[in-house]
Amino acid sequence: MSTAAKKQIVLGAFVNGVNHTTVWSDPQAGSQIDFSTFRHVAQTAERGRFDFFFLAEGLALRERGGRVFDQDIVGRPDTFPVLAALAAVTEHLGLVGTFNATFNEPYELAKQLASLDHLSGGRAGWNVVTSFDAFTGQNFRRGGFLHRDDRYVRAQEFLAAARELWDSWAEDAIAADKDSGTFLRQADAGAFAVQGKQFGIEGRFATPRGPQGHPVVLQAGVSPQGREFAAGGADAVFCPLQPLDKAQEFYRDIQERATRQGRPAGSVKLLPSATVVLGDTEEEAAERHRDIVLRQISGQTAQILLETVWNRDLSGYDPEGPLPDVDPDPAGPRVIQGRANIFQDPHRTVAEWRGIAEANGYSLRELAIHVFGRAEFVGTPTGIADRLDDFVQQGGSDGYILGSHLVPSGLDEFVDKVVPLLQERGSLRTEYTGSTLRENLGIPTPRAASGQPVAG
Amino acid sequence: MSPPDHLHLAVALDGTGWHPAAWREPGARPGELLTARYWADLVARAESRLLDFVTLEDALALQSTSPNRHDARTDEVRGRLDAVLIASRVAPLTRHIGLVPTVTVTHTEPFHISKAIATLDHISGGRGGWRAQVAKPLEAPHFGRREVAPFPEPGPDGRLAPPEEFARAVADAFGETEDFVEVVRRLWDSWEDDAEIRDAATERFIDRDKLHYVDFAGRWFAVRGPSIVPRPPQGQPLVTVLAHASAPYRLGARSADVVYVTPRDTEHARAVVAEIRAEQETAGRGGETVHVFADIGVTLGATSAEAEDRRAALDARAGGAPVSDAQDFTGTAVELADLLLALREGGLTGFRLRPAVLPDDLTAVTGALVPELQRRGVFRTAYEAATLRGLLGLGRPANRYAAPR
Repeated sequence: MSTAAKKQIVLGAFVNGVNHTTVWSDPQAGSQIDFSTFRHVAQTAERGRFDFFFLAEGLALRERGGRVFDQDIVGRPDTFPVLAALAAVTEHLGLVGTFNATFNEPYELAKQLASLDHLSGGRAGWNVVTSFDAFTGQNFRRGGFLHRDDRYVRAQEFLAAARELWDSWAEDAIAADKDSGTFLRQADAGAFAVQGKQFGIEGRFATPRGPQGHPVVLQAGVSPQGREFAAGGADAVFCPLQPLDKAQEFYRDIQERATRQGRPAGSVKLLPSATVVLGDTEEEAAERHRDIVLRQISGQTAQILLETVWNRDLSGYDPEGPLPDVDPDPAGPRVIQGRANIFQDPHRTVAEWRGIAEANGYSLRELAIHVFGRAEFVGTPTGIADRLDDFVQQGGSDGYILGSHLVPSGLDEFVDKVVPLLQERGSLRTEYTGSTLRENLGIPTPRAASGQPVAG
Repeated sequence: MSPPDHLHLAVALDGTGWHPAAWREPGARPGELLTARYWADLVARAESRLLDFVTLEDALALQSTSPNRHDARTDEVRGRLDAVLIASRVAPLTRHIGLVPTVTVTHTEPFHISKAIATLDHISGGRGGWRAQVAKPLEAPHFGRREVAPFPEPGPDGRLAPPEEFARAVADAFGETEDFVEVVRRLWDSWEDDAEIRDAATERFIDRDKLHYVDFAGRWFAVRGPSIVPRPPQGQPLVTVLAHASAPYRLGARSADVVYVTPRDTEHARAVVAEIRAEQETAGRGGETVHVFADIGVTLGATSAEAEDRRAALDARAGGAPVSDAQDFTGTAVELADLLLALREGGLTGFRLRPAVLPDDLTAVTGALVPELQRRGVFRTAYEAATLRGLLGLGRPANRYAAPR
């Protein structure tokens, strides 16, 4: 295959934060809050010619049985200030944050995103999420106001409103002509009006159009509603990594949905999250992986991970013993708060897990390790580069979002050892070619007023 | 800590300067207002001559000559960037100067603002703060969630006659701001400094007894907490407010670390400071340092005549002298130093200067005013503290939730 014909792998890096995957007890583990941590990861990603850096968000500290989690990472910085500061210490890297459509208002958030786009020279991205839980709502003046079924309505209307605001300024609205005294070319620059179920707003938008027109929009979610939303409005989708055949199916499904909604083929990039564990030999890599997983999923963490599905206090069950013999209690008061439950049907999930545990003779902790501790890419740099590349070339995804159990230095090894191999294969840029995140991703820049993409 | 006879100096950055015709000056950079470099240059200049901090104006609306509605002007600067993001963008490029963005409290979430300013403090190594600002009526339709009484507009005689409804709205607005600041401050304290323990033996990342629910419930909102952000380096980043009347004086005395006021002269300054000090006593903050700074617009020149000419040209271009809430000074740096020292006799501890034209009048402040004040022995000759609170002689406050030890 000639290098020119190869699909380019999109790479995003994130700082592992509030979850069990970060091994904070490692002697090399650094701060989860100091700016130096974020600078290190972002600059490492830029050295590896990644497309973007990504920060997740959580708007309430997680609780177990009514008390704040204490056994894994707690606390994180606010996303916007970190991304804006990173713009000062990087030149090309996209800066993507998760921002909640439920606990924000379009005017304020659109202004922040447009500002980040200006201050970074066109590198801003927004991962749109919605939340409907009253638990998180307790931190906000609006409370937990949104019904579960309305969350995509809210997200859709929010995104549409934000786009309306970004489009309210023409690209050439500012003349700033000192001689004639004309600052604005149009007296109504920024004028907008949005009417919907969630928002009734009008006025003048404060921030002129950013370099990208609209920041890059990302979305996470694999439910049919989520897929439809992503296909209609997102530039990229975060998703779990699946085996190639299932990933190809998901890929085709998203592209078909996008086409049905009138978008050109290839409009939506699919970016599964992936964990890489390297070793000089396959055996060494497997050993390192085992060691990491054992540190990530202690007996206590295993109980907590299973509690998210059982919705019962499992602290009395021996982690080295069999799975709890009780049924899950999905209707009871939430044992774990502030953490997404990714399993839709607890009874079915538990039944599956019992089957797996029985077939393999797994203890409670071993089952948790089996379910939650899998690293997708474990091997030598050459082997990993091959597998990462093949998966993308075969239509499993457009790239990956990479994190590490070790903050902040966990990405260094990947950049030092795997990135050069991907570059040799012609699947990863050796220099940035665009100046904006859209240009680097190959996503068209929307035109003002019409909202239609500009060709190229 | 700076000697007690030193005065503090901040500069208020807004667009191309505070004069509406500033953008047409030869040195102005109106085409660069949306770039990081523009703001980085201005803040670097302020830092190069040891100013305490810069403030950055902001609003959840486009600039307008009326507080109640947007205008259709095309001959003044319109459009702005988010001030918290500008401050954050500049933070890694500076080392000493305080960064104090303006944040509107009327339509925003105390939880978001608390974590944003805490994070600004983390990324700047303890140089963060904010100015809490009440929204103008024209911002309300941008959120569509509440009705806001219009500001009274001047009658034919140019005088304001606030209707009763407006007076009530003002009292409510500052009451809400006080609650807002209280929630922001509680959230900053919701993590004790040593909450993160990383104790591998007991598998605990934090000591959760050192995290606290803030459980605020007031007339405008209820917020539970704790914050998602660990306590910032300064403990409590700087809280500042601009005040022109009794209700905001009270707010400043009860809630702020720095109150910007707009005295006409030394006697007026004395009266305003006395009112704030009395409110401070009433609020039980008599023993705390609350700075009172005067806001002053500045148009500077090498000679008085040059300054007057600059000012006249600006006013002519704007079609008349613009109305300002603060005293406007036009003259030399030496004359300005005289004015600042005279005003200080009224009990002020510092000044927030509003340059008429950027960068011209900022350059005059750093290049001429600062050396003059240094010559008179009333301004620092080197940064003497690592944090903004430190520069202002404010201690690092104890955590309200921590058990005394």
